[in-house]
Amino acid sequence: MENFTPVSGLIGGLLIGLASALMMLFNGQIAGISGIVGSLLARKASEVGWRAVFVVGLLLGAFAYTLATGGAMPVSIQVSLPVIVVAGLLVGFGTRLGSGCTSGHGISGVARFSRRSIVATLVFMATAIITVFVTHHVL
Amino acid sequence: MLRMLVSLFSGALFGLGLTISGMVNPQKVIGFLDVAGNWDPTLAVVMGGALLVVIPALRLIFKRSRPVLEDEFEVPTKKELDAELLGGSALFGVGWGLSGLCPGPAMTALASGLAPVFAFVAAMIAGMALYKWIS
Repeated sequence: MENFTPVSGLIGGLLIGLASALMMLFNGQIAGISGIVGSLLARKASEVGWRAVFVVGLLLGAFAYTLATGGAMPVSIQVSLPVIVVAGLLVGFGTRLGSGCTSGHGISGVARFSRRSIVATLVFMATAIITVFVTHHVL
Repeated sequence: MLRMLVSLFSGALFGLGLTISGMVNPQKVIGFLDVAGNWDPTLAVVMGGALLVVIPALRLIFKRSRPVLEDEFEVPTKKELDAELLGGSALFGVGWGLSGLCPGPAMTALASGLAPVFAFVAAMIAGMALYKWIS
């Protein structure tokens, strides 16, 4: 478990929670990223506006981190391009069909004790763990 | 205008949180999902930290009759566990496990400028458009 980083994980988690709480308190919206990105495909400006701004915010948060630390974004991808594309299709289609992802179901939904969100979170955690087991230990 | 500022600020906090916690890094997420390997529990701490804030916050917020800047809270009302919820979540999990990327970290990781992240986001949006088209 030498990769375990509980302190930065906790700080990051608290910030994510604070962001989700602010979205509900002020705008009455769930900070669910698959819903936010998926609804950008809508045509109505009133639906697209705040969501596009939220996504810009995500990037600004990342840039703020790199400016403050002087380092690069800690992103490393070790999967081939075809796998990345298949994964992206599954994540996009699956989150819309299932009405949410790690943020909308996993944080805001679980925090409301929504039965649908709790079940969705257990299901995607389970299939993700099985997928990693198969790709890393079986194949 | 104020609503937009809240969205921008919340998005920035969210993106900062995802970056600080390491969740923008797919290798770190796969380290959590790989329970049979060199397991990294950080993702559980991130979710726990977020829930530590959101559970009490929502309890207080929903005592209000409305949000500060809007007329009503937009919260899903559906209760049934249907095939769409289960099937969609199962497919999402497979994609998440294959790549280590889910929507929030993927959008945030675009800031890295790495080509595979752009490929993932393009495919993800195509998947979302496909769902919109057939539904």
